[in-house]
Amino acid sequence: MTPSLDAFVLLSAALFAIGFLGVLVRRNTLVIYMCLELMLVAATLALVAFSRFNGTEDGDVFVFFILTVAAAEVAVGLAIIVALFRARQTVQVDRLDSLRH
Amino acid sequence: MDQVAFICLSALSLACALGVVLNKNVVNSAMCLLLCLAGIAGLFVQLHAYFLAFILVLVYAGAVVALFLFIIMLLDMQGGQPWRFRALQGIGGFVAAALLLTGLDLLAVRGRLAAGPPVASSVGSSLKFYAYQLFTTYLLPVEVMGFLLLIAMVGVIVISRRAPGAGEPR
Repeated sequence: MTPSLDAFVLLSAALFAIGFLGVLVRRNTLVIYMCLELMLVAATLALVAFSRFNGTEDGDVFVFFILTVAAAEVAVGLAIIVALFRARQTVQVDRLDSLRH
Repeated sequence: MDQVAFICLSALSLACALGVVLNKNVVNSAMCLLLCLAGIAGLFVQLHAYFLAFILVLVYAGAVVALFLFIIMLLDMQGGQPWRFRALQGIGGFVAAALLLTGLDLLAVRGRLAAGPPVASSVGSSLKFYAYQLFTTYLLPVEVMGFLLLIAMVGVIVISRRAPGAGEPR
């Protein structure tokens, strides 16, 4: 008895919501970034589940591309965080308030 | 058997995802992310996406989490800033996440994702299938991805280069 598609979609929604919660409540830029990655992976889980249950494998190919883009995105994002740290000596979003008012 | 494995793997990934959000220490968060990705890779195996599970472990666990750990050590923030819970932001965050979850779950359960049993796929042809798809139907996206990676590489080099006249190195 294999789990149903609903179970996979619910799990992926729960993971996405946890990542979303982390982006909203955490103040550390690196943790926010990890939560973004979590949301991305939750979306890939839904894609894989849908493509498995519908008998097409196009979703799997999309996941392949998503992983590529995620790798590039992490490299660029972490470079930006390092540049930010060099300029401001902090990665807490509270203290990065140049655009406030 | 599959059901038990699914419950174990999903409990692992959900607990570790919560660990990423709730841990004080950034290194612990990164480790929780690693475990969460391992659980999701197990779920991919359960969905017969063996190649994707392999790639997920290789790219995410191998490269992305390692890169996160490098940056954490580079910025030297281990055990640094405590987790300060702000009432308004916390409540807002929980409410927003709960709303999102309820909406998606209503869509999933009430909408009745009628898909029937999973279609049997031949395991051995999976890799061949990927290669065939990538070089026929998805040839243009593959080219665009290659270009995107090149742009990202150049961008990272430009961003992380020390600006001229930025003073002595720290």
